[in-house]
Amino acid sequence: MELTARNILRRHGLVMAFLLFLAVVALNAEAFLTPGNILDVLRQVSITGMMALGVTFVVLTGRLDLSVGSMLTLLTVIVVDQHNVAGPFPAIVMTILAGLAIGAVNGLLVGFAGLNALIVTLAMLSFLQGLVLFYSGGSNVNVANAQDTWFAVFGRGDFLGIPVPVILFLVGAVIAGLILQVTTFGRRIYGVGGNETASIFSGIDARRTVFWAYVISGFTTGVAAVIMGSRVMGAQNTIGQGYELTVLAGVILGGTSLLGGSGSIWRTVVGISMLGFIQNGLLLLGFPYYVQWLVTWAVIIIAVWIDLAAKRGRILA
Amino acid sequence: MSDIGAARSGTVGGTALSWLLRNHIWVFLALTLIVFSLSSPYFLTVNNFGNILTQGAFIGILAVGMTLVMIDGEIDLSVGAVLALASALAIGLQDHMGVLPAILLALLSGAALGFLNGALVAYSGMHSFIVTLGALIGIRGLVFVYTGEDALMVQDFSYTELPEIYLGPISLTAIIFFGLALFFQWVLSSTRHGRETYAVGDNIEAAHDAGINVKRHKIINFTLCGTLAAVCGILLSMRLGTAEPNAGRIWELWTIIAVVLGGTRLQGGFGSMWMTIGGVLTLAVLRNGLRQLNTPNYVELMVMGAVLILALALDKVLNRREAGP
Amino acid sequence: MSEVVLEVSDITKAFPGVVALDRVSFDIRAGEVHALVGENGAGKSTLMKVLAGLYQPDGGEIVYQGQPTKVAGPLDARQKGILLIHQELSLSPELSVAENIYLGAWPCNRFGVLKKRELYSNATRALEALGCGFGPHARVGTLSVAMQQMVEIARAEAFSANVVIFDEPTASLTDTERDQLFHTIRGLKKRGVGIVYISHKMDEIFDITDRITVLRDGQVQGTVDTRDTDLNRITRMMIGRTLDTYFVKAKPEFGAEVLRVEGLSRAGLFEDVSFSVREGEVLGLYGLVGAGRSEVVETVFGVRKADRGTLWWKGAEIDLPTPRKAIDMGMALVPESRKEQGLVLLMGGRENTSLPHLKLFSEVSVMNRAREMGVFEKYRSALSIKTTGPDQAVSQLSGGNQQKFVLAKWLCADPKLIILDEPTRGIDVGSKSAIHELIAELAERGLAVIVISSEMPEVLGVSHRVLAMSEGEVVAEFEGDALTEENLIDAVSHHRQDVAAE
Repeated sequence: MELTARNILRRHGLVMAFLLFLAVVALNAEAFLTPGNILDVLRQVSITGMMALGVTFVVLTGRLDLSVGSMLTLLTVIVVDQHNVAGPFPAIVMTILAGLAIGAVNGLLVGFAGLNALIVTLAMLSFLQGLVLFYSGGSNVNVANAQDTWFAVFGRGDFLGIPVPVILFLVGAVIAGLILQVTTFGRRIYGVGGNETASIFSGIDARRTVFWAYVISGFTTGVAAVIMGSRVMGAQNTIGQGYELTVLAGVILGGTSLLGGSGSIWRTVVGISMLGFIQNGLLLLGFPYYVQWLVTWAVIIIAVWIDLAAKRGRILA
Repeated sequence: MSDIGAARSGTVGGTALSWLLRNHIWVFLALTLIVFSLSSPYFLTVNNFGNILTQGAFIGILAVGMTLVMIDGEIDLSVGAVLALASALAIGLQDHMGVLPAILLALLSGAALGFLNGALVAYSGMHSFIVTLGALIGIRGLVFVYTGEDALMVQDFSYTELPEIYLGPISLTAIIFFGLALFFQWVLSSTRHGRETYAVGDNIEAAHDAGINVKRHKIINFTLCGTLAAVCGILLSMRLGTAEPNAGRIWELWTIIAVVLGGTRLQGGFGSMWMTIGGVLTLAVLRNGLRQLNTPNYVELMVMGAVLILALALDKVLNRREAGP
Repeated sequence: MSEVVLEVSDITKAFPGVVALDRVSFDIRAGEVHALVGENGAGKSTLMKVLAGLYQPDGGEIVYQGQPTKVAGPLDARQKGILLIHQELSLSPELSVAENIYLGAWPCNRFGVLKKRELYSNATRALEALGCGFGPHARVGTLSVAMQQMVEIARAEAFSANVVIFDEPTASLTDTERDQLFHTIRGLKKRGVGIVYISHKMDEIFDITDRITVLRDGQVQGTVDTRDTDLNRITRMMIGRTLDTYFVKAKPEFGAEVLRVEGLSRAGLFEDVSFSVREGEVLGLYGLVGAGRSEVVETVFGVRKADRGTLWWKGAEIDLPTPRKAIDMGMALVPESRKEQGLVLLMGGRENTSLPHLKLFSEVSVMNRAREMGVFEKYRSALSIKTTGPDQAVSQLSGGNQQKFVLAKWLCADPKLIILDEPTRGIDVGSKSAIHELIAELAERGLAVIVISSEMPEVLGVSHRVLAMSEGEVVAEFEGDALTEENLIDAVSHHRQDVAAE
């Protein structure tokens, strides 16, 4: 493709619009583009971002995972509660294992049993919410010794001036990106999402590939829960409610296709970060927090529409 | 109940077995009724049935609209947010302009947002999942912009008495739900628009080639879905006397669960209001029955998840048999 | 001589890289059945789509009932009285028979409420005129394929069509159902409807049609009266060249047996199929669409399951493989549908090529990009594939170049056996002969090759030995001098008649 102005606008129009937004906010709010604020934004997006990394794998196979929100709630409750019972290290191990297990159940039902992903993960959302109430007995849990536990490092710590959750997110993104771009597993994900039948004819076990995508989604949600528990040092029964939507919005905003086979981790990082900067920028401009939802709506519609219009060469379907 | 659904399935598919294959929700419903009747003495009472119907009717009204959209092969995730907006407008505006105009404006807001969703789906070519996911987030923002985080309260409490009309144990809300469901079942089975809905969901190419205006058709169904969500929101505001900005959160999920449980397929082209009534009632009976048994509320959520997976697996197995040689 | 209902003159239609129709002229008279025959890619389906308004021609004229006409779309065609009956039926399974007949044109009052009585009585009339054995209330999804086809034909009655175009109408019908269909077609004919009949099945063509127009490479080779011609002449017009100048056959030097299949069966698809293929040998599998050829090779390759059957690979008995095992043993399958089964269209040539052999292109699960690039470049020049680069999405390439990437993805791992299912379908002539040459070259290199094709000259031209399949069974085997068109046609059509007689 030639590097004409039109093509650049087509391919990167959204990024440019975003940069424009950044500029407008920066001119009106001095604090916006300071390193401190940028790190703050990244800290805020680190939890949804971490979840979005795993969800990207699922979406790339052409499936959905709506269960990550209540999975986050459950796993956060587990990590906080077990921290009090068994100590930080066993709590973290248990949380990650639980995440893997829930992902595996999703993967079995969608990948191997071939059931509709939307409904399965919706059912899982409901089921896990029940499990949260069962586990917590309906009351909130808190870390008993919040002041003196090394568990605090995941959500509150700094390393060389950079918040640890940000480091976790970015390292996770690099690893996830590498898995997708350079490994055989990544190639299988793109193959299954791009054309499941052709992948089966190429000797790829599509069912198993889908299964592992869900397991990865469970894993990243487990890590996100550790960050969440450590940051809040407690967990309410609704702590992760609606996160599945934010995560999905970020993935879609980045330009990863819900049909599968097209998208990437860096796109997800961009999409999730855009959501974060929009939120932060609007707050700095003095808008109440809910205005960001309106803007998110507009941005999702415009972004996906531009993407589609560029692909088919026409604006209207 | 014998004529439900079977009437239209014609001579070849008219046997009892094939009726059951297409309407297994009624077996589910009968089973839940039996189980709860046996396990709780308070379950099988007229009063409790009235309660079940009223409780189910709110999700039910949303489900009527969702069914239209889902037979088209689309989905509307924004119904919960539209409901909250309509509820807020109905209460917020009535002090300025009176009850009736406020209700009309609330209805109009639902219709307008449904129209917007439909137009975006039809003209942008985006999947309705994305369009209405955006709307779900954004319309909730609109609600907050209007209410400013706090619940709106009615000033004139006669508003909350409006729905206090009963037909025996059946509340006005339940009557409205059944009325809407029956009306739209008639629309589906006996009008051009209704038959187009199946044609579009079944085989969109064939529908387009036959001269059906697919875009206009989808916009109409999304508009209906939005309007019905507003109806639900208005009724909810009457019942509660307040409009919470967070009203109806994740109700879109319950609605989808009710519709899918009934047997209407996400892929489109298959379903009916009868099925949706069955799904809505089953969901309501399950929730009510579990509460009657004094089970903690987590059981309800877990049972719901399990039942949904079961219904999906059953549907898959049954359809394989129906489609098989 | 009856009047002409529809006449096309000098219709031209070009697609990127191919002229699908080149100044095509022919006419349809009222009350005749007019066959349109030709090899795959000759332009039959393009012509049919032009008539039905699905494509707009680049040039030429359509004269309908004496008036120059533009067919704007399928709806316009239907309103004008031109009806196309596709292989893929355009029905909505959840709607009733009557609602499908009048799809989108239901009688309604001004509030949009269906006039059901009118709808069903009209539909009953149309169905009775055709002599259908089912009523207008049945849900279409519960009907057999043959009955569903009748529903489409009933549209001809309902809209009083003047021209009905049948595209391979018998592809999925039993012989009894076919006889019923022919009965219906004769009925339409009697009422003065002009019928275009497209089929690969020559026995049907000679059975039902009055005139035959032969297309080749987008041009009309001639129109003849069915009575005055024979199969031989039609075939010659379709092929239009002597076989040996066009095809290269590999030197017949055979090595050890690579694959042997015995008694492979799958209920409803194929029964008791046995064959073997040796190193250096090209085995042809000939049969009409629906004969079970693709299903057999897909089972051998592990994509489908079998009920019974034994496989030997290089002399050792093996279980039915999974695709993964089949590939690792050295099997390769170039599938029938390149876009659905062959390629991930969003990926470029590089990634498509390595997709079946990710292990070979990686160390400890990490892809070796240099190796991928090397192989990509090797096959790009070896097969002279036209692409802008390794990552240009293959969806942007022409059919021929896409097919070359499918070949590349299988050849790059040095298979022992390569199965090619309709390897030249829908690609241009140049790429076709390149693929034929490649088949010969592979066999001479010592590969075992299985070629499936419904193009008789292709099968005869490239194979050393040919199996004829019909109705899921292997009905005959030919080699050497016995490899003739007559023998193949005899084997396949006699078997069909035997089945019909039973």
